[in-house]
Order: sequence, then structure tokens, then C-alpha cells
Amino acid sequence: MRVVLAEDLFLLRDGLARTLTDHGFEVAAAVDNGPGLLRALRESAPDVAVVDIRLPPTYTDEGLQAALTVRRERPGLPVLVLSQYVEQLYAQELLADGRGAVGYLLKDRVTRTAQFVDAVRTVAAGGTVMDPQVIARLMARSTARGTTADLSARELDVLRLMAGGRSNAAIMAELHIGESAVAKHTAAIFAKLRIDHTPDSNRRVLAVLAYLRR
Amino acid sequence: MTMRPQSVRVRAALLALGRCHLASWRALVTSLRGLAAGGALTLLPVGLGLPLLPPAARLLRRGADRERALLARWTGRAPAAPEPLPAGVVALLGAPGFRRELAWSWLAPWSSCLLVAVPPALVGYGLAGALVQPFLWQLLGPGNWYAFVPVDSAVGALAAALLGLGFAAAGLWLAPPVLARYAAWTTRLLDGPAQARLERRIDQLTDSRAEVLDVQAAELRRIERDLHDGAQARLVALGLTLDRAEQLLDADPATARRLLGEVRATSERALQELRDLVHGVLPPVLADRGLADAVRSLALDSFLDVEVTADLPGRLPAPVEGAAYFAVAELLANAGKHSGGRRVDVELRCADGRLRAVVRDDGRGGADPDRGSGLTGVRRRLAALDGTLALDSPPGGPTTATLEIPCASSSPKTSSSSATASPAP
Repeated sequence: MRVVLAEDLFLLRDGLARTLTDHGFEVAAAVDNGPGLLRALRESAPDVAVVDIRLPPTYTDEGLQAALTVRRERPGLPVLVLSQYVEQLYAQELLADGRGAVGYLLKDRVTRTAQFVDAVRTVAAGGTVMDPQVIARLMARSTARGTTADLSARELDVLRLMAGGRSNAAIMAELHIGESAVAKHTAAIFAKLRIDHTPDSNRRVLAVLAYLRR
Repeated sequence: MTMRPQSVRVRAALLALGRCHLASWRALVTSLRGLAAGGALTLLPVGLGLPLLPPAARLLRRGADRERALLARWTGRAPAAPEPLPAGVVALLGAPGFRRELAWSWLAPWSSCLLVAVPPALVGYGLAGALVQPFLWQLLGPGNWYAFVPVDSAVGALAAALLGLGFAAAGLWLAPPVLARYAAWTTRLLDGPAQARLERRIDQLTDSRAEVLDVQAAELRRIERDLHDGAQARLVALGLTLDRAEQLLDADPATARRLLGEVRATSERALQELRDLVHGVLPPVLADRGLADAVRSLALDSFLDVEVTADLPGRLPAPVEGAAYFAVAELLANAGKHSGGRRVDVELRCADGRLRAVVRDDGRGGADPDRGSGLTGVRRRLAALDGTLALDSPPGGPTTATLEIPCASSSPKTSSSSATASPAP
């Protein structure tokens, strides 16, 4: 699987490239600035991009903007964004096209190599991975606003894990429930959040989106 | 020409006429206040004035403040606010603000009789001539005059009506320039000499600079303490734990593994603390995107339904963005904690070189602007930039907080500090 990597700190870029190579990825390009990222994404057609939000030359949200630009040209290009901080606004922008294949993680998470590599694979496969911090804030907010009233405690657990990018199998393992139970809860969540099945959209992404928008 | 500019002119003249009327009535009250203060002054030698002067001065100040507010509404420029009234009688006698207001109140009858009362009087007299004289002259008989016209025949009545219409028109025509004259004169009276105004301004600037330095020093101390007690201490602990784990690696791998787990947890906490610290210094979205998106991001984090509308010309000077952001954050937090409402509207607008942010909730109101350290902090932060915070919160709600900060987003002096500035040639 081919990866484009954008990170301006040499040490971190090097470490990430090594980690990804060790786990069987091919690093097609590793760049340290926004324009370079844009070029690499267009030219080397990667399977997934791992991008730092803040990149030179502006040191603002250059990385995020480059990723969003290329996703408009190549809809559904998997992008995993890494950042020193998580902001709902950026999470919302990443999810806005409803196609999934996005991830948004705190940079600290890369220190747990296995989880980080899992996240890259999930995003590359079209899944959605949100940082536990994003999800915790969403849950706190919707609890305070009473919007989780419709969901049962178990359904909330499933939604939290789903937003974190876990597969059905991972959810089964974490909650110690069977496959049919996961399917039942998932269907209930979709129904309560009024997410209809359409062939062109990722319902798991829409579930997370629905939460972000509340 | 179409009718429109004409009707606009007539409406403006009528408005000016009404204001002239109001100003002439106010002059009566003002001169009464002036008389009270003058009476207290004349009673000073016999001692009776001592307790009377301070309340009389306060009465006068209230009238002057009201006048300043009216002038600001009428002309768009308020006379400079005076220094607060001093407490002692002797200090009061020396206070330039008090003396200026005294002079203003004693001149009020003149400005009223000779200037601002003229247009309403002309219109009133004119209307009396045009509407009353034609019907009255037959009752009154000979010897009835209107101005210089004897009204004892139909011809005389007609002349009086025409003359009356002329007077009314003249009054209407005179009202706008007279009001402007009056406003300029009164503004100059209340403003005082330029020298005094400059001195007052320098005092204000000295105060606000001292406050800025205090705030800055306190902020540095907070950051130093947070780093010292937080991240720094955790990193030391991390080194110690790593050392122990290293020693136990061969003898007791299980304990070593547990210690390494602790190391990881400690490093995550240290990172989280650094993150919070950075966020408190300069929130990342504010640094990346500027005020509008930073406030939108606040809105997403709020437990309330927050609707943000923004009309801003790109990036504003960094200090303005920072002050406005933290002020809005505080106001949103207050609305969430105390208002009991569910919905907040935030409006950001830049016009006439001023940034204006309005935060309005649908809560129960009754917020006290002088209570709570949060609002005091916001005020101090805004004062450093010559900004203001106005809170309108009647019991029963709603609460509206309006903050204004002067900002010249396009001025070359400030654009160099913003991220979007183009490099020097």
C-alpha cells in the first residue's frame, strides 16, 4: 500500500516513515511543506495520505487545506490527519463530503504503533477514525444537551467505537457481545439518527456526521 | 429631480426641528441644575454649601452625561468624557470637569433662547398665523395684529396666513443648521480646552498601559508556573521511572513492564498539559484561521445552540483577534453557566474601523456587569485596546453583550503582524 507522508519535523517524519515501512507500507513520498504535499498527492496517486495539519510555509492549516483540495479532485482519497490538537471544526470539514475514508488523530497516538497502523489501514479501506478526544467532547456535549436521550447506553458505546474507526469485529471484542448484537445496535443507531441506506454513502460516516452536527 | 431627495430633506428638517424642541426644553432643566449648583456655591461662605455642593455637582453631571449621549446620537461624535467627580468640596472646586459643566449650565438659557428655541418658535408662531388668524379676526375686531400685519379684514387674514406659512417654512429650513451650530457649541463647551483633553487622554493611556503590563506579567507568571509544576515535573518523573524500569528489566520484567506503562501515561498527561497551555496562550484555530472560524469552533464546543454570523474583512490585527476571541469565549461560557437559555446568537462585524461583537442569549437576564471576575478580566483586556464592553441584561432577559474594539485591519502599521501580510518588497 502506497502512502504519502507530510510532516515538517524531520524526527517525526523519519519515525513515521520507518513505522509505516516496518508494517508493510510503501512510502511513496515524504514531504515537509504544503505545496510539496499538493504535488506529491497529485503525482504519486497514493492509496492513503498521512498529513500534519500545520505545515510550512504558512504554518497554519496548510496540510488540511491541501488534503481537502486533493479530495475535491479525487473524491474519496483516504486521508488521515495528524495534529497536536483536535478541533471539532476541522473534524467537521474533513467529514463534510460524507464519503468517509478520513481520520483525525492527535499526534500522541502514533506512539501506540499498533493502533496508529490500524488507523491508517482503516482509513485506507474507506473507514472513518476520529480521535477519542473528539468523540469524548461530542458525547459530553450531546449528553448535556439531552440529544442522546434516544440512544441506549449500549448503543452509545457502539457509536463511540464506530466513530473511533473500529470494525464490527473489534466492537464485538471490546464490548464482549456477539455479531448479531452489534448488527442490531448499529441498525438501531441508524434508525434513531434517521440515516437511510443509500448506495453512494457510508452510513457509518453519516452516523458520526449526524453526531458532529448536533 | 424626483420627489425622493426632497421628502428625505423634509424628514431630516422635521427631525432636526423635533431635536431643537427637545434641546430647548432640556436647556430649562439644565439651567435649573446650574442654579442648584450655583446656589450651593454661594452658600459656601456660610458653611451651608458644604453638604449641598457634592449632590448638586452630581445632579449637574447626570444632566451633562445625558447631554453627551444625546450629542453622540445626533452628531455621531460625543464630547470627551470628563474625569470622575472628586469627593471633597475643595477638590470639586478645582475640578475642570465640574467648572466646565457649570459654565455649560449657565450658558444653557442663552444657547436655548438665542439659538435652539428659534426654529420651533418660528414654526409655532407661523402655524398660529396660518391656521388660527383666518378664523379669529372676526371675533377679535380691530386692533388685532399678526406680526406687523393688522388682521381686521379678509385681505389682512390672507396676508397673515401667507406670512405664517413663511415663518413656519423658515423655521423648518433653519432647524438643521441651527441644531448643528448648537451641537458644535455645546460639544465645545463640554469638551473643554484641547490641552485638558489631551492631559486626560494621557492619563487614561498611562493607566491602561500600567494595566496591560500587569496583565502581561501575571500571564507570564501563570505560564511559568504551569510549565514548572506541570509538564516539567512530569518529564522529571518520567526520567526517574524509566531509570527504575531499566534497572528492573532483567530481574523483574513484569514490574518493568508496569513501570513502562506508567511512563507512557505520564508522557500523555504531560502532552495534554502542554496542549492546554498552548490553547490558553493562543488557540490554534485562531492562529490558523482568524476570529470568525475560531468563534465557530467555540460554538461547536458549546452546550448551547450557538449561531455565528460573521462579516469580517480577512484577518484583523492579532491583539484585536485575541481580545475579541477571549471575550466571546467568556461571554459564551457565562451564557452557558448562568443564563438558563438554550440559544445564543453571536454576530461579528467590522465597520467604520471598529470590530463589534454582539452575544445575545435567550436566557433569564439579570446579569450584573460588576459581579464576576471573568467580566472584569474581559474589560481589562479590552481597555488595553481602547475597547468597550456593554452589558444589557434586564430581569427576565434577554441578555445582550456588545463589545467594540477599534481596529484598522488595512493599516500598514498593523498588517505586518498578521499572517496574511505580504512580504516587504
